[in-house]
Amino acid sequence: MGLLEHKFNDNIIVGQVDNLLNWARSNSPWYFQFGLACCAIEMMSTAAARYDFDRFGAMPRSSPRQADVMIVAGTVTMKMGLRVRRLWEQMADPKYVISMGSCATSGGPYWQHGYHVLKGVDLVVPVDVYVPGCPPRPEALLEGLMKLQEKIKKEKTFAKLEE
Amino acid sequence: MTRADIYTRLADQFGDSIVEFNDESLQRYIRIEPSGWYAVATFLKEAPDLAFDSLMCIAGVDRGPKEDQMEVVYALFSMTHRHKITIKISGPRADFHVPSVESVWRLADWHERETYDMFGIVFDGHRRLKRLLLPEDWEGFPLRKDYQVQDYYHGIRVPKIKPKKLTP
Repeated sequence: MGLLEHKFNDNIIVGQVDNLLNWARSNSPWYFQFGLACCAIEMMSTAAARYDFDRFGAMPRSSPRQADVMIVAGTVTMKMGLRVRRLWEQMADPKYVISMGSCATSGGPYWQHGYHVLKGVDLVVPVDVYVPGCPPRPEALLEGLMKLQEKIKKEKTFAKLEE
Repeated sequence: MTRADIYTRLADQFGDSIVEFNDESLQRYIRIEPSGWYAVATFLKEAPDLAFDSLMCIAGVDRGPKEDQMEVVYALFSMTHRHKITIKISGPRADFHVPSVESVWRLADWHERETYDMFGIVFDGHRRLKRLLLPEDWEGFPLRKDYQVQDYYHGIRVPKIKPKKLTP
């Protein structure tokens, strides 16, 4: 803080509200635990000590009402697809979706013969970041989260959108 | 007891219900009439020299429109005597009814529901015969040979399975 030390009267910082919001949002992406298949194991590994999801402020939440990001980790069946949609609707705005792995992205190995598998979770919910892999390594999921953070940082909540 | 002994024991007890005994195939089996199955199942479990206390698996088989046959295969095992037998029950593909043995072996509950889910075989006397794996409002039975995938499920498109071109 050397450069900023003792530069402000009464701790007033002048800046844009959008920047403050984006800073706060992008550094606390609490994610909804959504382990559906083997990708969930990689997600757990990402959250554990070695890869440490928490250093990005990502905390696992068990309720959609407390979560900002839904990480869809695994195969989404037709039966589950409707539930995914409902849980996404229960999340408070602003909300984001990461589609983790090839199953959630496109149906993966069930692309041709899986009559019961949803061919991409983007058919039921809007997806922000796709993470490829089968399953993706924890580094890939971290990369996906960083991409999402970049996206959040460019958001404009109060400022006029440029035409 | 050998499988031949089990067959003789059943044939003595239920002459008409026992259709066939195959001692040559890899999985040697006894074929039974659907109508007599519940009595045979109770006997298989409760007779002290048979004592089939464990139902290992129930499988459905669709033989296709050509043969017009549907089968249910029961794999039985006795923990007491360490012997095994396979029971087969067959019937027509359309509207195939089999007596439920859910009250004899508790394991049959979910296995019968799964067989119903995949093949549409109705197990009479089951307490709550509804789909086990697929959603309850799914159309059709996926493991039947003439299964056609539905176009939409709650507004979500269900992609068609493209048949692979076979090279001659």
